Amino acid sequence: MTLDRTELWTVIAVLGVGTFLIRFSFLGLIGDRPLPEWLLRHLRYTSVAVLPGLVAPLVLWPQATGGDPDAARIAAACVTIAAGIVWQSALRAILAGAATLYLLPLVLG
Amino acid sequence: MASSSETPVPDSALPAPGSHRGFRAGLRDAAPFSLVIIPFGMLFGVVATEAGLSVFETMSFSVLVIAGASQFTALQMMQDQAPVLIVLATSLAVNLRMAMYSVALAPHLGAAPVWQRAFMAYVLVDQTFATAALEYERRPEKPLRTKIAYFMGAVAPVCPLWYGATLAGATLGQAIPPSFGLDFAVPITFLALVAPALRTLPHVISAFVSITGALALAWVPFSGGLLIAAVLALVAGAQSELWLARRAA
Repeated sequence: MTLDRTELWTVIAVLGVGTFLIRFSFLGLIGDRPLPEWLLRHLRYTSVAVLPGLVAPLVLWPQATGGDPDAARIAAACVTIAAGIVWQSALRAILAGAATLYLLPLVLG
Repeated sequence: MASSSETPVPDSALPAPGSHRGFRAGLRDAAPFSLVIIPFGMLFGVVATEAGLSVFETMSFSVLVIAGASQFTALQMMQDQAPVLIVLATSLAVNLRMAMYSVALAPHLGAAPVWQRAFMAYVLVDQTFATAALEYERRPEKPLRTKIAYFMGAVAPVCPLWYGATLAGATLGQAIPPSFGLDFAVPITFLALVAPALRTLPHVISAFVSITGALALAWVPFSGGLLIAAVLALVAGAQSELWLARRAA
């Protein structure tokens, strides 16, 4: 299949510039002016507020299976979270999750 | 001259060792992410060339945008023949969370010269943010120079590998079988990033609201559901923190 080259380069350029402006926004404009306490309190939750929601549909309705829930993927996600909480290490959590994803289908047959 | 001085100098005032330690510490703390950046970048290289992009076009994507989730989103939607404006709105919406990263790092890095802030904004990705935000939360007293060095250290094992892995995937990736399950590298990475932060009840509540909100609002067009869920989760975390603090007092 062929993509329209003008469209492709428009998407690459605008997405690149737009993403940079999003990243630069507060870091670039605000500088080191102190931020109010209520704002800082909300910012403590940025990672936990966005990333779980970003991946939840990918875990429950993975594209690789055409959107059907898959036991190995759900189990791998749960193991990743549990391992990360228990061991406080992203690397160990990734290894535990990957092991579950690859080994569980072998165990279940 | 220094040997004759009787005045004790605090560690943080010594420029060179402080900044050196900052870079190394950042490099060490972000290094585990290389294990997921490599397959993730290679996956993008494979998927993009399979969609008909040249190696140069694929590399331009990864170098200019440097945001995996939005790159996959844009590529998928272009293949689905979505209009350019919809493609851009959706993939930029995926990246709006980075405005929050920008806000969160501003108190720590905002005093840096503007060209340094511009560069750090360019390499402000999920992994560098997660690494730096955790460090600055633990050691807010470190001087600006150390914080910048730490950030650059965290960038080192993430961004150059993103380019390299994309190139590897684009040039030799056709050999990777789809049954390898590489698609799940993304969810596992993000979950592994977040899980260690689930150490207080408000963090758990916030994550729960994020998940249930994103699933319940999955029907909202243009990834809007995720943005709404994220705002609700932010408020839920902050409010439950306040409530618990008042109850304890």
